[in-house]
Amino acid sequence: MRVLMFGWEFPPHITGGLGTACYGLTKGLMKHGVEVIFVVPKAYGDEDQSAVRLVDASDIVVDPNDSEFKGLWDRIKYMEISSTIIPYVSPEKFEDMKIREELNKHRDEQHVLSRKYEFSGKYGPRLLEEVSRYALIGSALAAKEEFDVIHAHDWLTYPAGIAAKNVSKKPLIVHIHATEFDRSGQNVNPEIYEIEKRGMEEADFVISVSNFTRNICIEKYHIDPDKIITVHNAVEPADNMESPTVERNLDDKIVTFLGRITFQKGPEYFVEAARKVLDRYPNVRFVMAGTGDMQQKMIRRVAKLKMGTKFHFTGFLKGNEVNKLLAMTDVFVMPSVSEPFGIVPLEAMQSNVPVVISKQSGVSEVLKHAIKVDFWDVNALADAIYGLLAYPKLPEMATREGKSEVDNLKWENAAFLVKQVYERAIRLSSSN
Amino acid sequence: MRSICLYFQIHQPFRLRTYRFFDIGNDSNYYDEYQNRFIIRRVAEKCYLPANKLLLTLIRRHGQAFRVCFSISGTAIEQFEKYTPEVLDSFKQLAATGQVEFLAETYGHSLAGLKNKEEFKRQILMHSQRVEELFGIKPTSFRNTELIYSDEIGATIAEMGFYSILAEGAKHILGWRSPNYLYYNALNPRLRVLLRNFRLSDDIGFRFSNKAWSEWPLTAEKYVSWLNAFDPNQELVNIFLDYETFGEHHWKETGIFEFLEALPKTILTQSNFEFHTPTEIASLHQPVAPIHVPHATSWADEERDLTAWLGNELQEEAVSNLYALVSKVYACDDPSIWKDWLYLQTSDHFYYMCTKWFSDGEVHKYFNPYPSPYEAYINYMNVLSDFIIRVEKNSVGKLEYEGWPSLKSVYEFNNISGPPLPFVTQAPHFVRSDKKSSKLMAQPSDLIHFSDRKLKSALKNTDSEFIAKIIANSAEEVTDKILRNLTKQRGEEVKELAHEIKKVSKKALSEAVEEILLHIQK
Repeated sequence: MRVLMFGWEFPPHITGGLGTACYGLTKGLMKHGVEVIFVVPKAYGDEDQSAVRLVDASDIVVDPNDSEFKGLWDRIKYMEISSTIIPYVSPEKFEDMKIREELNKHRDEQHVLSRKYEFSGKYGPRLLEEVSRYALIGSALAAKEEFDVIHAHDWLTYPAGIAAKNVSKKPLIVHIHATEFDRSGQNVNPEIYEIEKRGMEEADFVISVSNFTRNICIEKYHIDPDKIITVHNAVEPADNMESPTVERNLDDKIVTFLGRITFQKGPEYFVEAARKVLDRYPNVRFVMAGTGDMQQKMIRRVAKLKMGTKFHFTGFLKGNEVNKLLAMTDVFVMPSVSEPFGIVPLEAMQSNVPVVISKQSGVSEVLKHAIKVDFWDVNALADAIYGLLAYPKLPEMATREGKSEVDNLKWENAAFLVKQVYERAIRLSSSN
Repeated sequence: MRSICLYFQIHQPFRLRTYRFFDIGNDSNYYDEYQNRFIIRRVAEKCYLPANKLLLTLIRRHGQAFRVCFSISGTAIEQFEKYTPEVLDSFKQLAATGQVEFLAETYGHSLAGLKNKEEFKRQILMHSQRVEELFGIKPTSFRNTELIYSDEIGATIAEMGFYSILAEGAKHILGWRSPNYLYYNALNPRLRVLLRNFRLSDDIGFRFSNKAWSEWPLTAEKYVSWLNAFDPNQELVNIFLDYETFGEHHWKETGIFEFLEALPKTILTQSNFEFHTPTEIASLHQPVAPIHVPHATSWADEERDLTAWLGNELQEEAVSNLYALVSKVYACDDPSIWKDWLYLQTSDHFYYMCTKWFSDGEVHKYFNPYPSPYEAYINYMNVLSDFIIRVEKNSVGKLEYEGWPSLKSVYEFNNISGPPLPFVTQAPHFVRSDKKSSKLMAQPSDLIHFSDRKLKSALKNTDSEFIAKIIANSAEEVTDKILRNLTKQRGEEVKELAHEIKKVSKKALSEAVEEILLHIQK
């Protein structure tokens, strides 16, 4: 079986969980004998290609005068490239923006319908333009390559997936890692919503990373529940050799929030719970790692609650700093308001840290050895943190059992379920 | 003679409310009034009241031939008093027929039998007194929390004078043998052990309403045909069930009440089994062999072991933190502490912390108000933290047992010589050995637990001869304590007397101690 897979990023060039998930999935699929042609907007040449054949969309040349492509383009064009919105841009990317604008100057001359198009592969201001061009590439590849099924990851690649389906008549699977509602809360971008909805409608099957997300697809996008299948994400086994040893010079225990400081991640609940815990358990420090549009507000709130000496902001942490922080952490907290899956608690558990997660996260569906609370229930959140700090047997057991639980969340198993979806889709489309 | 024993467990815990850590030290109300009332009322309506009514009808219908046996935990009794007094009334009606035996158990439905022998005995005593008060019958047989049994627990129960004890007919203790005989305790042959026939019990308890079961629907006739299929030499079948089986676990729509109604008549007419209760069985049947149970068993889960309550470190930690308080709690004089002490020991709290059901079926989940064992543990530990603070505050500087069932009354309880139950046809054919009871006689060392103040006033009223006997035959620790609490003049007098008396028999010594204990009681 061969899959034409469209993704937006591939390790090591990743900004979030999407690339990691794609990588894990393709490795798992290989174990089940599935061949993957993985298309990215821009390849850097240092990607691990052991499990996939990576296709760089920037290398694909299209002849804009070819009548076939003209016809395709007419179908893709439904999304206008007028928008200047910058969806998907994590706040930590703001700094990069200027550099990207420089790059864009060069590209101004480059038309989306030129023969060759240099993708940035980022989530920049020309994202929608890139998405359109990527779709064009999708149809070009679909005409050229041999494959049995198309698999598109998140909205950026749905137009490409749809285009490929139109050309090849092969079944399309779209994979929902996050919806616009998870990214933007109430300020949903209608264009992106449309692309997502259209992708799900055109797809033969929709794979959602959690039941939480599946429900959003049903309720907010009105997709037929019968064609949405939940396949929970897994996690790459932790590399035990690399876990850093950190010298702890503090007697205080450390409770950590790690993620974007945005409404969706529920940072304010963490702050309020911290105050309650500190009132009864003084020997503890709270760390909020990450940046985001709510950071200023959180800093003010921490000051107002008079816990400035016990509550620390680290800013954006890179690679090994994350591991170091986790190695120092006694309790990891993810109070997300809306989290399609949430891989970070799994990484914390791999680092032997007990976790408290919100019930409004997809990952809570697969974890037993995590303490789960409603994100808005600050008392329950504080109580869970206090319990893990004050009653030593609790973290002992949660850590031990949690580690073995996470070790059993294997991509191989998730890939097996995905393969079953492929098989169903192929069966259905060939019988039609 | 062939006997069938129907026994029903009735237990309800005081469920804890959501108790946050910031309540610790601020709020000592631990229980979820609303939930407890709601559950007790619901179960009363669905099970206790209709089932009791049916049993009363059956007893009236079949006369002497139909008997059953209950145990009602102290926490259940208290909640009936509070929320559904009509349930207690209906049990009293059943008791008045004289054909219902009430078993002793631990007052708090606790794990004390595994953790603290003295507390175990105290709770049994408290429970027995409560049952006697309510139903007018002093319990003479025993069943432990969730049928937890071991040789050692049995020996303690034998020491206390009970005739029989109930246990699980677990495969791993029986081996090739059948549960359908009467056995005796491996350490003390006096105590008869009735083993639950789990297959026949679970046919009713678990499988009755399961339409996927090959034997569904179960009728009384079919059930009796299984009884008749046993080897005629097998003379005893023990059916032990949660009482909630009737109407709560299996709703009335499943026909469970019709089944119960038909059962006595079918057994009495279509088989040669007769209904008997545990104390009767102890006197009617000859035990065939000792049953060796070095490691405790229970009636829970496939494993029939303790892992539902003491299977992971959270449970171990919670239980050991609780029982570490024993001696301090005994020194407390705040009645609300005594109450909470009992309620917090209820095994259900530890059952909620069990991790087994992550892999093991839905049975646990059904009874569990917590989403996970971690939440159950945090909540319990928060409550326990507050309780510890209260106990520490209240027990400071006190060493008395005031208000608690005293050691002496525990000793007195050893002699169940009381009137035989109305339905016991002959006295149990075993004789208490004096050797065993001597172990339980009052010892001079018992006196050191009491405060000087108490001892002083008791000694004032005690004949010098008794005191002298103790002085002449006790360790320095005891004599010092006594002499310290006598006036100088009396002390000299007693010492001189002691010099003359020298050695006395163990029995005489014990009597002397009892004399002082008696004055302390007053």
